[in-house]
Parts: sequence; C-alpha cells; structure tokens
Amino acid sequence: MTETVLSISHLTKRFEDQIILEDLSLDIHEGEVIVIVGSSGCGKSTLLRCMNALEDIQDGEIRLRGSLIDRNARGLPELRQKIGMVFQNYELFPHLTVMDNILLAPMKVQKRRKAEAREEALALLERVGLKEKAESWPRQLSGGQKQRVAIVRALIMHPEILLFDEVTAALDPEMVREVLDVIVRLAEQGKTMIIVTHEMLFARAVADRIILIGDRQILEDSDPEQFFTAPKTEQAKKFLQTFEFRKKQTGKTDIKNAEA
Amino acid sequence: MDWAYIEKVLPLYGKAAWLTLWTGTLGILLAVLAGLLCAAAIHWKVPVLRRITAAYVELSRNTPLIVQLFFIYYGLPKIGIATDPATCAVFGLAFLGGGYMTEAFRSGIDAVDRIQDESALSLGLTRFQTFFHVILPQAVAISEPAFMANVIFLMKETSVFSAVSLMDLMFTAKDQIGLYYKTTECLTLLVAAYLIIILPLSLLGRIWERRLRHAGFGA
Amino acid sequence: MPDLGLEVLGKGKNFVRLLDGLWIALRISLIAAAISIGAGILLGIAASRNRSVASVILRIWLGIIRIMPQMVLLFLMYYGTTRAFGWKLSGEMSAIIVFSLWGTAEMGDLVRGAVSSVPVIQKESAEALGLKPPQVYRLIILPQAVRRLIPQSINLITRMIKTTSLVTLIGVVEILKVGQQIIDANRKTSPNAAFGVYLTIFLMYYLACRPLSLAAKQLEKRWR
Repeated sequence: MTETVLSISHLTKRFEDQIILEDLSLDIHEGEVIVIVGSSGCGKSTLLRCMNALEDIQDGEIRLRGSLIDRNARGLPELRQKIGMVFQNYELFPHLTVMDNILLAPMKVQKRRKAEAREEALALLERVGLKEKAESWPRQLSGGQKQRVAIVRALIMHPEILLFDEVTAALDPEMVREVLDVIVRLAEQGKTMIIVTHEMLFARAVADRIILIGDRQILEDSDPEQFFTAPKTEQAKKFLQTFEFRKKQTGKTDIKNAEA
Repeated sequence: MDWAYIEKVLPLYGKAAWLTLWTGTLGILLAVLAGLLCAAAIHWKVPVLRRITAAYVELSRNTPLIVQLFFIYYGLPKIGIATDPATCAVFGLAFLGGGYMTEAFRSGIDAVDRIQDESALSLGLTRFQTFFHVILPQAVAISEPAFMANVIFLMKETSVFSAVSLMDLMFTAKDQIGLYYKTTECLTLLVAAYLIIILPLSLLGRIWERRLRHAGFGA
Repeated sequence: MPDLGLEVLGKGKNFVRLLDGLWIALRISLIAAAISIGAGILLGIAASRNRSVASVILRIWLGIIRIMPQMVLLFLMYYGTTRAFGWKLSGEMSAIIVFSLWGTAEMGDLVRGAVSSVPVIQKESAEALGLKPPQVYRLIILPQAVRRLIPQSINLITRMIKTTSLVTLIGVVEILKVGQQIIDANRKTSPNAAFGVYLTIFLMYYLACRPLSLAAKQLEKRWR
C-alpha cells in the first residue's frame, strides 16, 4: 500500500444540534482518485469542506501527511497551499484577469518570482486549452472556461491533493465534458484527488474508489466496477436506482444512466 | 448686479472657497480611512472593537453635523480638549462621514459572496491577504455609488462649518450681507462657488459609475 | 470627576426649555415631511411613467435641489426672497418651504423608484390572469412598491429632522439657540455648562432619530 496523503479519523460534524457526519473515518493514499457520491444533503460537500478547514468539526481529526488540519491553527494557510480546491461556481476573482487570478496565490503566498510563475501559468493554461485567454476577464469566459481556469489556479500551487466540489453542477450540459476531460487527464498523471459529483459516468471512468455517503456515514467504499455492477449494500442499490428512469405504464427502463 | 462690488470681494470668496474645499477634502479623507477601519473591524468580528464601532456608526448617523460640531467646539474644551475652528470642522466632518463610509463599505463587503472568501483561503492566503486582495477590491467597486453619494453629501455638509466661526463660504456670505446689504451679489457668489465645488464631483461620480456599470471588470 | 456642567440642566426650567426647543425643530420637520409625503406621492406616481412631463420636471427639480447644500437653499429662501420679492419670511417659514421643496423632490424620486422597481413581468402576469389595469395597480404593483417605500420614507424623515438643526443659523430659536442662552445665562455659576448642554442636545437628537432609523432598518429586513 502506498503512503497515506490524507487521513480522516472519527470525524463528527454538526450544524448547531443537527448531526451531519458522525464518527467517519477515511484514508486517501498517494495517487488515488476518490469519488464521493450520495443524495443531495447527505453531507458529501460538507465532508470535502472539512478537509480544507472551511468548516469547523466537533470531533475527530483530519491530517495531511501527519499535520493536523485545524481551523484555528496558526499554520493553516501553509497547509491549505498543499490542498487545492475547486468550487461549484468557479469563484474566480472578478476584479482580476485570468492571469492575475492564477498568479495571486503563487506571488502573495509562495512569494515566487513573477516571470517564473507566469511561465508556468501559461504552460498550464495551454494544457487546458486556454492560453489565449490569459489576459481576459472572468466575465468574458464561459462557465466551462472559468472552471478550467479555476483548476489551473489550484494546480499552480503544486498541491498534494486536489478537492473538486461538484465542479460541473453549475455548468450547461455542453460544457461539462471539457471540464471533466481536464480532470481525467489529471487522474492519468497520478494526481491524488477527491471528487464530489453527480456525474455517474464520469465517476465510473475516473475513480479508483467510490465512496457512498448517507446516514452520516460512509455506506459503501468499493471500486467502481463493483459499485456500479454489484453494490454491496442495499443503500447503494437504492441510490443507483434514482438514476434510472422508467417509461410510464410499460415499466421498461428508458435511460439507465449507471449502465449506459 | 453691482459688478464693481463683485470684483472687489471675489478674492475674499476665493479664499473662503479654498478653505471650504480643503477642510472638506481632509475631512472626507479621514472619513474614508475611518470607514475602512470600522468596516474591517465589523467584517473580522473583532471582539470589543466591533461593538464600539457599531455604537459609533449609530451615533454619527443619527445626529446632525452642526450638533456634533457645537459639542466638539464649545463642549470639549471644558474637559481640556480645545480645537481651532478648522481642526474642529475637519474632525467633525470625519466623525460624521466615518459612520456613513462604514455603512457603504460594510454593505459592499456583505455583497461579496462568502465563498469568495473561502476560495481565497483555500489557496493559502491569510485572512489579511484575503481581505485586501480579494474582498476589498470587489467591495469598493460594489459600494461605489454609495461612496460617491457620501462624498457629495459630505462636501455639501461643509456649509455648516460657519457655525463654529470658520470663515468659509457661508460665513463670508452672511458677513457680507450683514455689512453691505449686497444680498443679490452675495447669494449669487455663494451659489456659484458651491456649483464650482459640487458639480465636478457629481459629474465624476456619474462617469465612474457608468464605467463600472457598463464595463465592470473587463468586457 | 471633572465638572461636566450637567447640573445646569437641573436648574429652573432649563431641561424643559431644551425639550421645547427640540419640539420647535421637530415641528418644522414634521410639517415639511407631511407636505413632502403628500406632494411627493402625487409627483412620483405621475413621474413613474417614462418620458412624461412630470418625470422631466422631477429630474430637473432634483438636479437643482441635490447640487446645493440645504444651508445654501435656506439662505436663498431667507435672504433672497426679501430682496427679490420683498417677502419678509420668518426663519421658520423659510425652513418649512425649503424642506418641503427638497422633501417633495426626494419623496417623488422614492415613489417613482419604488413603482418602477416592481418587475414588468409582475404586471404582465397579473394582466394575463385577467386583472384590469386599476386592479393591477392596486393589488399587485402598490403593495410591492409600498414595502420598498416605507423604510425609505422613514429614512427621509430622519434626514429631515437632522437637517432642521440648521435653522438656528437663520435665526430660529430652537434647541441649539436655547442651549446657547442657557449657557450664557449661567456663565458665572456653571462655567462648564457648554459641555453638559451640548452633550444633552447631542443625545436628544440621537434619541429622536435612532428609533426611526431602527424601525426603517427592521422593516427593510422584514420585507426584503
């Protein structure tokens, strides 16, 4: 087994008196691609946000290569540099150009030289097919383009792990592909990633492990083949059924997303 | 219209207008500074400071400038804080304006999505860097109309300075009306002087606003 | 404890005199506010139709009144009309006229803004339900506009109360003037009266305005 990058042990997360996640443990190893699925409101995005200390946790701990991720720790900004995160609504900074969005953290946080960081930014932009947009403003880009820039913005920090929080949920259908392609290529390069998504086809293609969250817990932790063809738990079967559509009356399966 | 009289007193009005302009500008600059600091204190939820700030904002916004000036100019010397008219005017305007500027910046900051904050933090920026590089530039752009309205409002409020015997435009006009009964001339000069000060500000605000509204950041 | 000159307020009828002075200022703003709200609503509704004569009048009126400090407008009314028309307006009358002219324009603008803030689709969907134009106005547009309008009108009244403090500079004997008189009369016995009296006036204005601005804020929040 390769080295553990991120380890979550006995995590409990509450919002006021409502328990979202309870006594949840999970290890993510070097080079693994984990896809987290679950019905909406199950706490999968919250789990992801906890990993970046965007939420406080009530019990348990999360460690990145042994260092505690703590909302109140002094060294949090340093730790966060090693965790790249991409959000559902891109969250590019509207007052900065594409290039300045990408350069903000390398220059202000890592104090890198501008020329060097810029060169890397251009190389990364080229890899996602947006080199010519370097000097554009966020509002001039389509949703798919914005999301690819947001990925570059995270990549340039050379994070040890990348978190993707429903990054295609806000996109028009025709733009989903261009973003997912970028993520698939990152997976092929061996990046360690945790992905929260509703795109089951994509999950199946990219994941090393699929994690199903429900009832405040990890319900199933399987490799994709098993998860989609022979899920271990009843809950997983039920969850997969929500992606099936039946024609009225005939009862015949019309679209079976999971097996398409 | 007595043109000879106007020619004679023009330098006097020029001096008074200059006094109005620089005391007003200085007061507004201090108000902006106070507003930024207070808005930051509220945004960061600095424990005690945040309550003091909130109380200050309410006090400054719910009392008239002239009453604030009277208190500073006539009241404070009794407990050992004496100011000359110009200093009193500048600080009075800053006290009033600070409250209005805080509100403008605060609502601008509120309008920036919380997740922008998170996205900057997740890149490893500190809270301080996040505020100055990510939140504030957006907040200032959003609060521009309120900000510019405040600037114009505060510049107009300078007309109260004569109450603490600052020899500004109002003081000069009243003085001249009392001395020579040249009411028409004095009032015309008064209006003209304020037009020269306020009109460019109002135009500037409109141009700036249009640029932000139609162009935004890019496009 | 330094002498803060507060004891002077306990002497004779000094405190009541200050309250009377405040009432004189408040009365001016309340009269002007009443006129402004009445006239402003009419003007605003008339001006809410694009390119109507009323909308042009309102724009020009606002432009003139907003560019000049209220103090200058008071001077123009108080000194200027005597010269131009031979009127001998009292300070109080001048103030009521100026504040009404100012308030009507501002109120008109608020009403116009509130009415046109209701999305066109609201009107269209009401019409699609078969409502007649007056019904659309009464049942759909106005209730939505009023929710926006009431907090803003309260804020306008607060502004008016604060602005009324200026009338002391055109010779109206109101709270600030009474304060001055009290300070002068007690110069010998309470040399520090200026501190106590002006602090009291400061707080009195605060107590007059704060409930209003608080109410406006609450309503705004509730009706958002």
